[in-house]
Amino acid sequence: MAEKTIAVPDFSLSPHVDQVGIEERAARFTKRSIKKETKLNGLLLALNMIDLTTLEGKDSEGKVKQMCYKAMHLLDVYEGLPTVAAVCVYPSMVKTARAALGDSGIHVASVATGFPSGQAPRDVKIRDTKFAVQQGADEVDMVISRGKFLEGEYNYVFDEIAMIKEACGDARLKVILETGELVTYDKVRKASDLAMHAGADFIKTSTGKIAPAATMPVTLVMLEAIRDFYYKTGKMIGMKPAGGISKSKQALHYLVMLNETLGEAWMNNHWFRFGASSLANDVLMQLMKEKTGIYQGKDYFPLD
Amino acid sequence: MATKTIIKKSALKTEKQSSNGTAKRLEILKTYKIYVGGKFPRTESGRFYEAVNKNGDVLANVCLGSRKDFRDAVVAARTAFGDWSTRAAFNRGQILYRIAEMLEGRKSQFVEELMKQDSSQAEAQNEVETAIDRLIYYAGCTDKYQALFSSVNPVASSHFNFSVPEPTGVVAVIATQNSSLLGLVSMIAPAIAGGNTVVVLASYQKPLCAITFAEVLNSSDVPGGVVNILTGKPAELAIYFADHMDVNAIIYGEADTATKKMIQEKASLNMKRVVWYDGMDWTSPAGQSPYLIMNTQEIKTTWHPIENIGGAKAGY
Repeated sequence: MAEKTIAVPDFSLSPHVDQVGIEERAARFTKRSIKKETKLNGLLLALNMIDLTTLEGKDSEGKVKQMCYKAMHLLDVYEGLPTVAAVCVYPSMVKTARAALGDSGIHVASVATGFPSGQAPRDVKIRDTKFAVQQGADEVDMVISRGKFLEGEYNYVFDEIAMIKEACGDARLKVILETGELVTYDKVRKASDLAMHAGADFIKTSTGKIAPAATMPVTLVMLEAIRDFYYKTGKMIGMKPAGGISKSKQALHYLVMLNETLGEAWMNNHWFRFGASSLANDVLMQLMKEKTGIYQGKDYFPLD
Repeated sequence: MATKTIIKKSALKTEKQSSNGTAKRLEILKTYKIYVGGKFPRTESGRFYEAVNKNGDVLANVCLGSRKDFRDAVVAARTAFGDWSTRAAFNRGQILYRIAEMLEGRKSQFVEELMKQDSSQAEAQNEVETAIDRLIYYAGCTDKYQALFSSVNPVASSHFNFSVPEPTGVVAVIATQNSSLLGLVSMIAPAIAGGNTVVVLASYQKPLCAITFAEVLNSSDVPGGVVNILTGKPAELAIYFADHMDVNAIIYGEADTATKKMIQEKASLNMKRVVWYDGMDWTSPAGQSPYLIMNTQEIKTTWHPIENIGGAKAGY
């Protein structure tokens, strides 16, 4: 039987990132004035891009069911509101989430591969992934082996991502780089290139368990990697910043950055997601503020 | 923008005074900025107005706060509420006492500011001293008012039933107009003594002491966000004070009927507690009382199940 082989590019050829330049550029996106109708549409779009997330040791079936209900009924008094894109849970909770969401069209994303540290044997990671998919996850969020990556074992990391991709079957694979542990923008760029070549459908900044999580500059580095990959191969890759995005304003800044880096083709929840738990409520509060003209209080919105 | 104008004015003044060629020292004037979350930002709107006294002398350029400043202040107050409301009453008392200590040390500055704003020396002296004493009064109240106003209630079932006052949350205050310092202190102190956090709109006509008082607060162990002080027009901002859904109570220091009607209507949106002080004379005996603490308290009643106590009944 012929082995399927993938040509591994030379990752030492990944372009270097100009730290000062990328931070300046990222800061510029926060200066755009987005008001009235544009703001409203931006908020609705951001809401529709959220992966509503609960990834805690104390997660229970009840908590997951409650979150799924919230995902489907964000704010019933507000007519015509979109739902979130997906809920994101641990593999053990996928079945519960799948059942709770029914035919609402909301995806179930599961973290896998020894989340959040990724310090598990490879066969365990593969079983973890297969279990999540069997339970009904249509998206898998894997973590890379940051230790191996920092040791320079790029082939190891590459092979691992490729194997997990295979284990995913039809489920879309999001590869979490955990940029907070990669130290430099150069490494983030390299890890992005590596993940995309190895078969990632999405690249994702962080687990949310390490600070710093998603930042504008690091997301911009990854968006540029996606852009270059698209020019080279014609293949679109999705982007998911996760962790630390809790305010509507931040979400709008990210959307500006997305639009100005990758363009409109990416401006939907098939290609862009926010990994967040408290962002949804802030967006809802802003939407209600736009609708009623009154500043809102969190007492009147569902719990996260 | 505000600073520029001030420097220009004082520069002109200096030029006039120094006719013999030797330049007099340029006086450095304070920029009266708002106080939000323990910091002194300028208003986000970039607007300012001139505070003037009766003679029409310009005393300072003061921030003309906007609804967005208020929004930010409410976020700061809400964030600070958890910590402040759960502190021991004794600790809140210590901090209020500390405010009084710091105020005592800067008495002369406040007297001077009050005199600039049309008070006589004696009036100013009296106002500052009363304000200090008022803080001491409420410092003493912090660990006593709960005992004063709580009760154990007789009930027909096997429950230990008791009611205790608890802070209501974020309190929005529109301060009395005719008092620069005492009115402000008298409205803030009972609210924070009871564990609330406050956003205050200082007197429009006499704003100087409010911002200087913020400096006192900032150096007296009061956590950032517990007291937030804005300057601006009540007519412009009152509606946002009244309709913000994350504000739990509103205190209005004036007696304007139309504004009161508006506040009552808007406050009903989230059933804010509404308190009127109708332009109260804060030097009068009615100006301080533990009942003023109760204006921003909620009563929480607990039913705690207990066994029937045999000895409490007659006979076997």
